[in-house]
Amino acid sequence: MSNVLDRPVRTAPAPAPPRRVRRSRRTEPAQRTLVSPHSLRSRRGRIIYWTVLTFTVLVFTLVFVFPLYWMVTGAMKSSSELVRLPPTIFPKDPHPEVYKKAWSQMDLGRYMFNTFIYALGAWLLQLAVDVSAAFALSKLRPMFGKLVLGGMLLTLMIPPTVLLLPAYLTVRDIPILHLNLLNTPWAIWLPAAANGFNIFLLKRFFDSIPSELLEAAAIDGASAPRMLWSIILPVSRPILGVVSIFAVVNVWKDFVWPLLVMPDTNKMPVSVAISQLSQQMPQNVLIAALVIASLPAIAVFFIFQRNIMAGLTAGGLKG
Amino acid sequence: MQRNLTAYGFLCAALVCFAVFSWYPIVREVILSFQKTNFVGDTKWVGLKNFHRVIEDPSFSAAWKNTAIFTLLALICGYAVPFVTALLLNELRHARGYLRFVVYLPVMLPPAVSVLLFKWFYNPGPGLFNEILRFVHLPTLAWLDSGKTALISLVIVATWTNMGSGTLIYLAALQTVPAELYEAAELDGAGLLRRIRHITIPQTKLILLVMLLLQIIATMQVFIEPFLLTGGGPDNATVSVVYLMYQYAFNFNNFGSGGALGLMLMLVLVIFSAVYLRLSRDDRDGRAARV
Repeated sequence: MSNVLDRPVRTAPAPAPPRRVRRSRRTEPAQRTLVSPHSLRSRRGRIIYWTVLTFTVLVFTLVFVFPLYWMVTGAMKSSSELVRLPPTIFPKDPHPEVYKKAWSQMDLGRYMFNTFIYALGAWLLQLAVDVSAAFALSKLRPMFGKLVLGGMLLTLMIPPTVLLLPAYLTVRDIPILHLNLLNTPWAIWLPAAANGFNIFLLKRFFDSIPSELLEAAAIDGASAPRMLWSIILPVSRPILGVVSIFAVVNVWKDFVWPLLVMPDTNKMPVSVAISQLSQQMPQNVLIAALVIASLPAIAVFFIFQRNIMAGLTAGGLKG
Repeated sequence: MQRNLTAYGFLCAALVCFAVFSWYPIVREVILSFQKTNFVGDTKWVGLKNFHRVIEDPSFSAAWKNTAIFTLLALICGYAVPFVTALLLNELRHARGYLRFVVYLPVMLPPAVSVLLFKWFYNPGPGLFNEILRFVHLPTLAWLDSGKTALISLVIVATWTNMGSGTLIYLAALQTVPAELYEAAELDGAGLLRRIRHITIPQTKLILLVMLLLQIIATMQVFIEPFLLTGGGPDNATVSVVYLMYQYAFNFNNFGSGGALGLMLMLVLVIFSAVYLRLSRDDRDGRAARV
């Protein structure tokens, strides 16, 4: 009489991608690097170390932060002050109202909203479509599953840019249905859902979830959607986070594709709109628009810094 | 049977998306490059005519040459610079969070923003870069307006924008190098440079290779920099392959020749991608941060 419950069921959640433990700033890393801690402790070592550190922080600040400072303050300078030689480090009489002007004159609100809608839709659709597909390939293992997966991973070999023209023609005239998707959000959402990289990441993660869990659920009469919803998804949070971030950032950073499929000015995402309108704007208004367009990205980065960096090195790379 | 039905029920949305937007365009690219069409109905098979038209265009060799040079320069800047930066950051025990944050910040900006920002910096008159040169009493440059400096100007933008991701990936790889190796090398009297050469680089070889290919694949597709900064000028000095493809289709309404050019680039990049995927399979994760 062996009961199902007697079997040791591993209910441990699937191994999440190892996250680097954040060290507190004060402690020395346990890991020694190129330079031995010993030589760092010597007097000469200390002097060199602090010099290098100061120099690095200064250079990084100059190279990566100063341009952004220049942008934020440049937007508040008057047109005449912008072309003055030598330039002013601080705006002489700052005009914060330039930001207001940029917002209303360039209709930035609408473009930001467009971008938001495109990113939101692409994210939801990618999660729905790619999670279901990866679940089927990983746990239901249908006939020809390997072939389908191979076909999906094959698309990773062909960078999207080289298929720009045929992809554009396809969106302009969907085969069989003969729909024209130009200027509709679907032109961005649907191609984004065909993402081989997501399928790859998700399937690999689902593969690591023990099948015993699903077998036990099947005995209890759970349907496939129920298994996906109640068993797989709750333990897949880390990977869903990574996929979500990729999805949003991809739409946010894309330029060429929306440039082609959103020819109508009212439908453009913010970066395309700014570049199209950049010719006819006073310099300071344009710079203000650049600042406004980068704010959401910087905000997202501030909030999700750790997830983004973890996603970047997802799974821990072997050197 | 039942299970297959359920599975394909789950798969159908993805299959439709892939079929229409990934697999079909690959086939379409090939068809496109052997046809002449105006999309109103009369489509002719023209054999290799599109390819002839593309190859005889003086912009063709310029575009490939520029793309190759751009890739090479971007490799020197965009590949060596992040690695050296990562080496440096890995040694520092303070301000780690700050340094990582700022180096990755430009990666988060929409590319159009960083490109337009640099356009303003490159302004030969009151642009920031010439101001800095004047400040340190060096001769100013024409940056984007001269065939000599235009291409390197684009490389600078690309490097500033993208070096963050490379730096962080190398940093993660460097942290997997076992400390004992360094200790042993030090006992054998190996200096700093020899430690880098004989321990750090061999230990991170795979990721270095993977990133090399990724970088080549990414920079071969350069488009937004020439498109927004120079329009391919001055005098074709910055025309890239993808930009030329764009021009064929949307400026000369010649999709056939654009398709032919795309097909050529596809063949080149598929080779690189295949090697890349092969290698990254050895790497446990095979992350293909698609750039």
